[in-house]
Amino acid sequence: MTSLRRQFDRLSHLFLPLSVLVALLTINLVKGADYFKITMINGVFYGNIPNILFGASELVILSIGMTLVTAASRGQDISIGESGAISSAIFVQYVLNAGEVTIWTILAGFLISCVAGLVIGAFNGTLVSFFNVQPMVATLILFLGGRSIAFIIDGKVSPILANPISNQIGTVIPGVPIQTPIILTAVFIVIVAVAIKTTNLRLYVEAVGVNPSAARLNGINPKKVIFLTFLIMGVCSAVAGFIAVNKAGRHDSVNLLKFIMMDAILAVALGGNSLAGGKFSITGSIIGAYTIEVLNRTLLRLEVNPEAIKAFKSVFIIVLMVIASPVVRALARELLDKARAIVTGYSARQTGGLNKAAVSITDSSAKKEG
Amino acid sequence: MRLLNRGKPRTRLSNSTLLFIIAGIIFLLMYGIAIVSFPVSFRQFQTFFDFFNLNAALFITTLGMCIVIIGGGIDISVGAVCGLVTMACALLLQSGAGNVWGALFLALGIGLAFGLMHGFLIAYLEIQPFIITLAGMFLAQGLLTTLHKEPLNVTNPDFVALRRFTIEIPWLGTVNRLGVFIPCEIKPGVIVVVALVVLYAVLMKWSSFGRNLYAVGGNRHSARMLGINVKKTIFLSYVLCGLTAGISGFVFLMTTGAGNIGNGALYEIKAIAANVMGGIMLSGGVGNLLGAPIGTLTLLTINELIRAAGVQSNLQAIVAGLLLYLFIVLQSIIMALRDRREFRLALPPWLKPHRS
Repeated sequence: MTSLRRQFDRLSHLFLPLSVLVALLTINLVKGADYFKITMINGVFYGNIPNILFGASELVILSIGMTLVTAASRGQDISIGESGAISSAIFVQYVLNAGEVTIWTILAGFLISCVAGLVIGAFNGTLVSFFNVQPMVATLILFLGGRSIAFIIDGKVSPILANPISNQIGTVIPGVPIQTPIILTAVFIVIVAVAIKTTNLRLYVEAVGVNPSAARLNGINPKKVIFLTFLIMGVCSAVAGFIAVNKAGRHDSVNLLKFIMMDAILAVALGGNSLAGGKFSITGSIIGAYTIEVLNRTLLRLEVNPEAIKAFKSVFIIVLMVIASPVVRALARELLDKARAIVTGYSARQTGGLNKAAVSITDSSAKKEG
Repeated sequence: MRLLNRGKPRTRLSNSTLLFIIAGIIFLLMYGIAIVSFPVSFRQFQTFFDFFNLNAALFITTLGMCIVIIGGGIDISVGAVCGLVTMACALLLQSGAGNVWGALFLALGIGLAFGLMHGFLIAYLEIQPFIITLAGMFLAQGLLTTLHKEPLNVTNPDFVALRRFTIEIPWLGTVNRLGVFIPCEIKPGVIVVVALVVLYAVLMKWSSFGRNLYAVGGNRHSARMLGINVKKTIFLSYVLCGLTAGISGFVFLMTTGAGNIGNGALYEIKAIAANVMGGIMLSGGVGNLLGAPIGTLTLLTINELIRAAGVQSNLQAIVAGLLLYLFIVLQSIIMALRDRREFRLALPPWLKPHRS
C-alpha cells in the first residue's frame, strides 16, 4: 500500500498534463465519435492520432532539450528555431552539393548538421556558463541574427529537396505502416531515456538547477553541466530542423520552425516543470508537447475562427496555469482536508466513537502547544 | 583626492550605477563613431530628435519593461498589447463613435486590463511570469486579428491634427543647401516619453514602491523578511507595465497614423535588448531606470549606423546580433572582474554616488 502511494506521489506531476490531454480528447470525442478512427491508405496508418504524432514530432524533440536547459540554467533558450534553421540549411546545402543522393549522403549531411547544432549550442553555452549571462539574453543574439545566417547559407533562395530519400524521411518509407517522423521521434525519445537512465545526467542537472553553489561544493562543476545541456539543446534543434526540412521538402529560412520556442517553453511548463530550474520531468514535457499539438488541432476541428485561434489558445493556457498554480492547489488541498475531516468526524459519531475523536483532537492540540 | 577622502568610509559603486555608467559610455561611444563616420547626417540635431520622433512607442515600451525586469519578472506581451491598442483606437476613431479622448481612454483601459490580469495571476496566484505574459501576448494577437485584419488609416480630423502637430525648437536647427534655416521639430509623442521618463525615474528613486521593487527583485525572501508586501509590489509593477504598453500603443498610432497587424511586432524582444544594453539585468534588482532610454538610444544608433553604412539588408541582423554579443560579453567581464575586486573605476569626486 505504501509503495503504491509512493509510486503515485512520484507520478503526481504528470497528473496535470495527462488530465488536460484526456479533457481535450474528450472534447474531440464529443464533437465526433470517429476521432480515434485510424484508416489504412496504401499500407500506411492515417487518422487523427497519427496526424498528431506526426505534427508534434519537432516540438517533442525540442521540448526535451528545453527541459534540460531550463532545469540546469534556470532560463530558457529562445534561439532554438533559429539554430534549427541554420543546421538544416547546412544539411540541405550538403545534400544538394553531393551529387547523387544515397542514404549515406543523407546520413553524412545529418551528422554535419548535428555538428553545426553542437557549435551553436557551444556558442550559447559559453555565454551562459562561462560569461554568466542570463540564458534568455545570451540566446537573444542568435534569435536576432540566426535567420539571416540561414538565409545566407541558403544562397538567398529557398532550395528544394527533391530526392526520394528525403521525401521518404519526411513522409513514409514504403512497406512501413507508420510515418517516418513518428519513428524518428520515438527513436530519439528512447535514446534520451536510455541516456538519462544509464548516466548521472539527471542527478547533475537537478543538483545544479536546485542550487549551483551547493552543487559546486559537492564536486559538480555547474558551468560544465550547463554547457553540456546547451550542447544537448543544439543537437535537439539540429534533429528537429532535419525532420522539419524533410517534412517541408524545401528549406524556407524565414518560416522554418518559426516561433517554436514559445510552444517548447509552454510544453515544458505544461509538463509540470518549474521554469526557474531544479527538478525536471522529461515525460511531462513530452506529454505537454503532444497536448499543445492536440490543442491546436482541436481548435481547428471545432471550426474556431482562424483569426481567433490564438485568443482561444491563450484563454486555455491561462485557465490551465490557474488550475496548476501553487496557491489554487493549496486551497484545493485545504478544502479536501476539511471535507475529509467532516466525513471522518461524521463516521466517528455514527459508530459512537465521539469521545475517542474528541480525545484524539485534544491530544493533537496538546501536542501542538507542547 | 586622497586628502578629500580621508576619514570618510569608502563606499563601493553600486552595481546599478556601474552598469548605468557603462551603458552611458557605450552610447556616447556609438554616437561618437556615428558622428565621425557619417558627419553629414549624425551631426544634425534633427537626426537625434528623429530617434525619439519615430520610435517614441519603443521608448515607452522599454520603460514599462524596465520596471517589470527590475522587479525580477518579465513581460513579453508589451509588443502585442501595443499593436492591439493601435488597432482598437483606429477602429474607434474610424467608426466615429469616439473622439481622441475616447481613444486615449480606450488605450489606457486595454493596457490596464492586461496589466491587472498579468499582475493578479503572477503576484497572487504565483504563476510563472513568462507563461502568463506569453498567454497575454497570444490573447492580444488573437484579439487584434479578430478585430480587423487590413491596415486601417485614421482620418478623424481631430486625430490628424494631433498627429500633424509639431513643436519647433527655434534656437536649434540646421541650414539647408539653399541657405534656409530649418528649425528642429519634435512630435507630441516625445513629450510623453520625457514626461514618463521623469515620472518613472522619480517613482523608482524616491517612492516607497520603487525601493520595494528593487528589494523584491534582488531577493524576494529577504524583502518579505523586511516587511515588504511582496505580492502587492509585483502586482503594481505589472499593472504599471500594462498601462505603459497601452500608452505606447496610443503613441504608436500618433506616429504612424494607421492600425496594422504588424504594429509593435517584436517590440518585446527589442525592449529586452534595449534594457540589457541599458545595464538593467534580467535577474532583477539591478539597474537604473534611466538606463532604459539610454539603451534604446544605443540600439537605435546601432541600427541607424548599420543602415547608413549600407550593409546588405540581411547582414544587418547579423551585425546587430554581433554588437549585442560584444556588449553582453563586456558587461559580464566587468561584473566578473568586479566580483574578484580587480576592477576599480577611478571616478572624479563629483561623480561619486552619494554616501548615506
